[in-house]
Amino acid sequence: MTSAALLDRILPTVAKPGRYSGHEWNSVRKDWAQVKVRVALAYPDVYEVGMSNLGLAILYDLLNQQPDVLAERVYAPWLDMEQAMRQAGLPLFSLESRRPIRDFDILGFSLQYELNYSNVLNMLDLASIPVLASQRDERLPLVIAGGTCTYNAEPLADFFDFFVIGEGEEVLLELVRLYAEWKGRQGAALSHGQGRTHHAGALAGGKEEFLQQAALIPGVYVPSLYRVAYHADGTVASIEPLKAGIPTRIQKRIVPVLPPPPVRPVVPFLNVVHDRGMVEIMRGCTRGCRFCQAGMIYRPVRERPLEEVLAAIDQLLANTGYEEVALVSLSSTDYTCIAPLVRELSQRYGEQHLAISLPSLRIDTFSVELAQWIQRARKTGLTFAPEAGSERLRRVINKGVTEEDLLRTAEAAYASGWLRIKLYFMIGLPTETMEDVLAIAHLVKAVRDIGRRWRGSRAQVSVSVATFIPKAHTPFQWLPMENAEQITARQEALRRALPSRAVDLSWSDPMTAWLEAVLSRGDRRLGKVILRAWQLGARFDAWAEAFQPGLWQQAFAEAGLDAGFYATRLRSFDEVLPWSHIHTGVSAAFLWEEYQRSLRGESSVDCRAGCLGCGVRVAFDLDRCPSIIESDVKRIPETSAAPGKEGGVASACGFPATG
Amino acid sequence: MVQRLRITFAKGDEVKYISHLDLMRAWERALRRAQIPLAYSQGFNPRPRLFFASALPVGFTSRAEVLDVVLQQRMGLREFASRVRKQLPVGLELKTVVEIPPTLPAPSAQVVAAEYEVVVESQDALHDMQARLDKLLAASSIPRRRERPNGAREYDLRPLIQRLWVIGQRQGAYVLGMRLQADEGGTGRPDEVMAALGLTDAVRAIERVELVLKPL
Repeated sequence: MTSAALLDRILPTVAKPGRYSGHEWNSVRKDWAQVKVRVALAYPDVYEVGMSNLGLAILYDLLNQQPDVLAERVYAPWLDMEQAMRQAGLPLFSLESRRPIRDFDILGFSLQYELNYSNVLNMLDLASIPVLASQRDERLPLVIAGGTCTYNAEPLADFFDFFVIGEGEEVLLELVRLYAEWKGRQGAALSHGQGRTHHAGALAGGKEEFLQQAALIPGVYVPSLYRVAYHADGTVASIEPLKAGIPTRIQKRIVPVLPPPPVRPVVPFLNVVHDRGMVEIMRGCTRGCRFCQAGMIYRPVRERPLEEVLAAIDQLLANTGYEEVALVSLSSTDYTCIAPLVRELSQRYGEQHLAISLPSLRIDTFSVELAQWIQRARKTGLTFAPEAGSERLRRVINKGVTEEDLLRTAEAAYASGWLRIKLYFMIGLPTETMEDVLAIAHLVKAVRDIGRRWRGSRAQVSVSVATFIPKAHTPFQWLPMENAEQITARQEALRRALPSRAVDLSWSDPMTAWLEAVLSRGDRRLGKVILRAWQLGARFDAWAEAFQPGLWQQAFAEAGLDAGFYATRLRSFDEVLPWSHIHTGVSAAFLWEEYQRSLRGESSVDCRAGCLGCGVRVAFDLDRCPSIIESDVKRIPETSAAPGKEGGVASACGFPATG
Repeated sequence: MVQRLRITFAKGDEVKYISHLDLMRAWERALRRAQIPLAYSQGFNPRPRLFFASALPVGFTSRAEVLDVVLQQRMGLREFASRVRKQLPVGLELKTVVEIPPTLPAPSAQVVAAEYEVVVESQDALHDMQARLDKLLAASSIPRRRERPNGAREYDLRPLIQRLWVIGQRQGAYVLGMRLQADEGGTGRPDEVMAALGLTDAVRAIERVELVLKPL
């Protein structure tokens, strides 16, 4: 165990030492001797980011509910802490027991962002665990990962023993069971109770045997059991299992019904990014925006029943004391029972000054009404994402929002007292022209004018412009990312076209987007680039103060690989994509059809209005898709004076109408 | 304002790296979990009315922090204490709670001095350690420089030291006691005293043992 005296020497010298000191409310400390499997859950970014991730909170809760399993947490030490740890020879340790990460059975990373990859290697190294999977045997923890990045995990194939594709709630328990059995069989060589004996000899076939069994669990992808062949032009020729019996394709896992949400999450002392309770009200999204990876990979849509959400929030607040709760989903306004839910929460907790946050508001006046209901105090800002400036381009990306929708929404917002509207756009979208880019400025000015009319000079518009990255498993997966010169030219044109007064403009760093594009679309040859970039000193690439793109460029040059091949090359339908053996349930044929429709400027309907046959229903043999709460009133009328006043919706939501 | 309670609490090793702002939030959440009927401030952003006597520097422990809580419904002290104790994170310990008149000034306005115990690693003989303290106390001024976010500041530490003594000695370590001024005229920091003694690197632990409040 990490000595308190050593920590006391180090922690006073680093920024925010509370990141490393643990002991948070609801953190779980179990007796190591009383469990069979010890899991370290890792997030490769700072504590404040990692503690805001709902997925890890779900798995922490789930694993610790198993009597013979424990889960502890670890996050990436910030640069100052890394330096202090290396100087003191202090290995990476968990927050709960302060044991070295090396002593755990399984080290599971949540991978949500490609720019965290260098931190994964750095955390392994800080834990004195060899970064290459091929250099680790069963005396070291199994290093595994889940999360959205694992839908194309190829660039990380060299470093991980396996990936868990899709929703982890069931499959992680299956893996832990398998591990417990396997470890039981290894019995003699592994000591129980006192962590691992690193002196024990390697067991013949030990880890190999486990990986081959794990590969048979649906949703588990063991990259070392697959061979990738390449064509002379560098494209992938094939991805095939090395042995008979190993599945040729890996289908993601889903849980058909959402398991109960965690109601006893760890309450951080530090002010983390999302410092509030979170209850997932719906998983998946029916909108079908073609650029959106989440919208494709989280299918099918499943709503949590209203009663369950309300009961969970009651318990969550009692167990945490949070002053704010977020109703989490990809599109909160689309949750069938959103109005009765919000109304009931306002009634139950109004006196206790509970703040409710609704991420991802749809662009319509109903959203403003909802926002008004939950906004009890100061009206700071409302955020909407039109994504593209012109009607034409919004049809291309299937973002079914009209200019009229946006302006009416803005009007409703300013009229009901909000002072600031934040708008999210992307540039570099497929088929985008300078005209489309300038349409952003037109739209922003129109919103600003409405703001001025209602709020005068106090009205503000802030505009955030991201660079579009065509992501794996989306209809745009075959498309190139727009080249850097074009992006710069369009950003510049937009900047000139936007009035600087009353409009606050920000955009993503072009090099950051470039690296994200390369890593999210790459194959396993990128492993040596990631390894080299980390060796050269890459850390915290997601942080402007730490990101050194030059290190990555050097790593590409040394590896003899062309980043443009991955980021800015148009791919054909026939090309074997590096992620083609990973199946989300959404068929390639559907994605291609959506891509073709986008080129023709055709929109596609919301899944709630009709099934488009994306493949998910068949792949997972679903009776109901989307699995939404049965309701006579599919869409709450936009004219509703007060959310939830309609008895119809309330009763359909299984909740008695009152008032 | 229905009822005002004054709490003393300890901040132990487990939570000594938690900043003052984070500690305030932890208390708010613990009180909410305990379902204490907190009174809230008026205005756009209503906050529970908690008043801390003095921010404890990060890394120090304390066994005598003072916090006032305002309730909107009366509660028995015993009931209050038992509910709150169940909801405090490990390392935070409610020691006492008393009812005080709502009209008292905020506890931060009542603080005049603070007493600390410092564990310092040293092989010095007792009389050498004593001589070191005496020498510091004999100085007519102790000019110190403090780096702050908004620039360095020169000040005299000597008048801020009210008492400085050896409490005890054990296996290669001393426990020193000090009472330092803490009011609008100036706040002495125990780590500054240790620096003036030339013992910064030998400090192993600093604990605040008492906040001295102005008599009412």
